[in-house]
Amino acid sequence: MSPRRSRASARDLERYAGLFAARTQVMKSSAMRDLMAITERPEIISLAGGLPDTSTFPPELLAAITARMAVDSSARALQYGPTDGMAAVKDCVVEVMAAENTHVDPGDVLVTSGGQQVIDLVCKTLVDPGDVIVAEAPTYPGAVPAFSSYQADVVQIAMDDDGMRVDELEATLDRLAAEGRRPKFIYTIPNFQNPAGVTLSLPRRRRLVEVARRRELLILEDNPYGLLRYEGDPLPTLHSLDGGEFVIYLGTFSKILSPGVRLGWAVAPAPVLEKMNLGKQASDLCSSSFTQVFVAAYFAHGPWQDYLGALRELYRRRRDAMLDALAEHLPAQASWTRPTGGLFVWATLPDYIDTTDLLALALSRNVAFVPGRAAYLDGRGGSSLRLNFSGVDEAAIREGVRRIGEVVREQVDLYETLTGRATATAEPAARTVDPDLADVLELPARRAERRRAERR
Amino acid sequence: MSKVAVLKGGRSLERQVSLRSGARVQDALERLGHEVVGIDVGPDLVRDLRSIAPDVAFVALHGRDGEDGTVQELLELLDIPFTASGVSACIRCSDKVLAKHAMRDAGLPTPDFYAFTETAFKELGAADALGVIEERLAFPIVVKPADQGSALGIRFARSPADVPGALIAAFSYSSKVLLERHVHGRELAVSVLDGQALPIVEAIPHEEDFYDFAARYTIGRTSFVCPAELGAQLTTAAQELALAVFDLLGCRGFARVDLMLEEETGALFVLETNTIPGLTDTSLLPQAAEAAGIDFDALIDRIVTLALPAPAPAGSTPV
Repeated sequence: MSPRRSRASARDLERYAGLFAARTQVMKSSAMRDLMAITERPEIISLAGGLPDTSTFPPELLAAITARMAVDSSARALQYGPTDGMAAVKDCVVEVMAAENTHVDPGDVLVTSGGQQVIDLVCKTLVDPGDVIVAEAPTYPGAVPAFSSYQADVVQIAMDDDGMRVDELEATLDRLAAEGRRPKFIYTIPNFQNPAGVTLSLPRRRRLVEVARRRELLILEDNPYGLLRYEGDPLPTLHSLDGGEFVIYLGTFSKILSPGVRLGWAVAPAPVLEKMNLGKQASDLCSSSFTQVFVAAYFAHGPWQDYLGALRELYRRRRDAMLDALAEHLPAQASWTRPTGGLFVWATLPDYIDTTDLLALALSRNVAFVPGRAAYLDGRGGSSLRLNFSGVDEAAIREGVRRIGEVVREQVDLYETLTGRATATAEPAARTVDPDLADVLELPARRAERRRAERR
Repeated sequence: MSKVAVLKGGRSLERQVSLRSGARVQDALERLGHEVVGIDVGPDLVRDLRSIAPDVAFVALHGRDGEDGTVQELLELLDIPFTASGVSACIRCSDKVLAKHAMRDAGLPTPDFYAFTETAFKELGAADALGVIEERLAFPIVVKPADQGSALGIRFARSPADVPGALIAAFSYSSKVLLERHVHGRELAVSVLDGQALPIVEAIPHEEDFYDFAARYTIGRTSFVCPAELGAQLTTAAQELALAVFDLLGCRGFARVDLMLEEETGALFVLETNTIPGLTDTSLLPQAAEAAGIDFDALIDRIVTLALPAPAPAGSTPV
């Protein structure tokens, strides 16, 4: 008998409830979370995760590197390390960032436990309850609980094919300024945004950096996917355009090597970086020495771009498979983005379909996606969904999208039966677009339409 | 002491809640000195049950498969005694439409309703009858999947424009949905244990105007008052109503009957009966038992004892 667990009565719970911090009130469990728990079952084709395909990493390479780690640095790998990260890892960071034409000094780098910790540390450093964070609409679903747990007031800015609408951002900043509120930072994923899949255009990048400079606002540039470009020329990072004065850069080894090493980094203006360093000390003292030694050994072992190149090839094919399958299986009322890199496609369905409910139906056909509402803090996104194309092979992508198409069609048919309204044959121009959704994201529906036409 | 298999998880949409209920039940059973085997229900269920050969199965599953008689049917087939209701009661309770018809036929109060399958809309033009339904039930109308145990897929339609979307949402969870008159008032849960009604729990949602899925399982989102402040007469009426429903539907062991106390009329209405109510740390049945002086371990002990065959008849050991 364990006395600690002998009773967990309603009375006890009331007692605990009184101890919970105010910030836990917003960290809510939801129907979506319960549904998402089922997506992990083996029979489900999951297009829900944001998982890189780690099965492509050569096991013999892992064996060779860890064997060398054991010989050369076992004591160091098993020991605590500096809070800001090992020098050898910072050199790797400098190298990776140079591949994005962004030149930084190792002294400006803070090695973190994944990119997620950067979001947490930036909030911890800058955000008091009620402070404003500006983010994209939709935004990275993983940032939502981070922002919520710091009780931030998140204002989301619409996007279109060229990424965040900077004109709308400026209007919002004016409005906030009129209320005497100054956002603590602007959170953006400029490349192949998660979840929308769109990329911030060069003119908007320039404009965004200028806006931040003029108003002396910080930008948190989250760039996990920049090196996963499948077509077109790379665009300069916000950090390189700004010179690092008003940009905190977030990078990660998760998508170019492995999310399992849990290593990311921040590059920030020195005073901000110092505060983040203090915050990190309080959180975890230092990131894993073991995986830092591994990353350094991996970079020393051979050209890191080789594996990245293989991943790019693989994901490009998977993206194409997904876009083809969407054109084949989604009804005319649906639209979706066509990412030139990254891991995600964002699709939007007619407004009468709620994608959280749709997920329940999809799960009954053994396929999963992320309901769009996860990417908003204000309940919007109910008719959208995020689809990942990096985690499963092309056959599974095609089958998964086919099943999603099937359940969407069933709901469209049912709606048409219920309302006596047939929209399936409507021309794109005659389509009714919910004004709310149009504000959220202007999707390249016409392009999807063209692709569909080409297939006929 | 007995060998107890705790069936939990599974592939129902309430998997997470079930895992929490199951884990808590396992802890209690271990403290009670039983030999406990947890089974996350899947394709190997029958094989696992045969090889474990438990004296009793504690069904801590919620929703599809676990609460609709499917697992119970298998357990009967394998001659394994199990907790809570048998196959037929599970079928009656998990299908809200069936349960409501039974109650209406027996003269027990349940909110007015109409139920349809997807086929009725697709092939028999039921959509043309929506106007009449809307008129008879009056807005807001509650639209529910017929056989989803939790609050998933339940929608309020406040006007005719909301109805198609609400129906589509509900049909995401079930091939049959019901449109039900909304009873505005207090939400009461009466747990029944071994033929006796426990103190009533009143759920008072904090922010939402409805008892939503998130609030139901999250500490601090809904306040629970137990025993509910109803006065002796109403308390007795609600408890008697719950017992009548429990008997009518043929429940066994324990169950939870959810009621509404209508604000305007003071009348009680039965919404549904859960044959395997939640046993998590925020669930209502354990709170009700606690209020009756039955702590969680004692509650689990009672439930298991009720499931075991009465003083072992000779030579009937299950294989």
